[in-house]
Amino acid sequence: MFDLLGTTLASRLLLGTAQYPSPAILADAVKASGTSVVTVSLRREMAGGRAGEQFWSLIRSLGVRILPNTAGCHSVKEAVTTAKMAREVFGTSWIKLEVIGNHDTLQPDVFGLVESARILCEDGFAVFPYTTDDLVVAERLLEAGCEILMPWCAPIGSALGPVNITALRSMRGHFPGVPLIVDAGLGRPSHAATVMELGFDAVLLNTAVSKAADPVGMARAFGKAVEAGREAFSSGMLEPRDVAVPSTPTIGRAVFS
Amino acid sequence: MKLTVNGEAHEVAATTLAELLAALDYEGDWLATAVNSDLVHKANRAEFQLSDGDRIEILSPMQGG
Repeated sequence: MFDLLGTTLASRLLLGTAQYPSPAILADAVKASGTSVVTVSLRREMAGGRAGEQFWSLIRSLGVRILPNTAGCHSVKEAVTTAKMAREVFGTSWIKLEVIGNHDTLQPDVFGLVESARILCEDGFAVFPYTTDDLVVAERLLEAGCEILMPWCAPIGSALGPVNITALRSMRGHFPGVPLIVDAGLGRPSHAATVMELGFDAVLLNTAVSKAADPVGMARAFGKAVEAGREAFSSGMLEPRDVAVPSTPTIGRAVFS
Repeated sequence: MKLTVNGEAHEVAATTLAELLAALDYEGDWLATAVNSDLVHKANRAEFQLSDGDRIEILSPMQGG
């Protein structure tokens, strides 16, 4: 069990809903992953269209919490208005705040992010900021009113896994009491297990599952990896050593020569 | 009145946001609306007066990561 902003969640895996082969596979993947929170977005609806309604009714049938995002927003104004529109449609004050600063890397515009976060926190939102692993930016986000941080571990959709373990470790050490969720860049269950072993509270991923050959199987695999990583962190792992240490007792060994 | 709705030019007789939605066949409680980059709450659409040149965004739930 995992307490996130006063809500008890069964799973430490947050799952995106984009790019699945079909709505049925999305639904099965959500169930197989064991996730308690899925991310959703808002996009233009066609005149007379019902695409949004069909998707929304599918998501509601899954019985999970909704974390709307501001994906694709490049300015403070866009992000703030999108967040307010999402709050009205989805009926939640949770918002995954994305303010994109670069088209190629999709890295956050951390200046716009902090400014947007301040506006939204003052307006009563629970802001989940998609940020980098920069400690100073993290401090500013907390000052702006965020109670949670979501650093990337590699560019969105890259599947590279944690490219800077030292920075993630440092972030965990600097903010021991802040829920930290690794968001973006995870490619394999072992990547998820790695960041969970570092003590991160949860992971958020999408493409690694939705673009797998078998998204349902991969969703289940990520669910297990997240659990395994968390339990390993909680259980106290052995530190690496430079010399061999026999695991079988040497006392009482037979002598044959 | 000339408006831009979801990036496309429209010429409409509607004078309020609610009338515009009806005229363009938008219905449902899952839609969110903004005029000139500001949210217009569902409850305010009937009284929200549109002006020539307004930019309207009509959004609905979609897959996201």
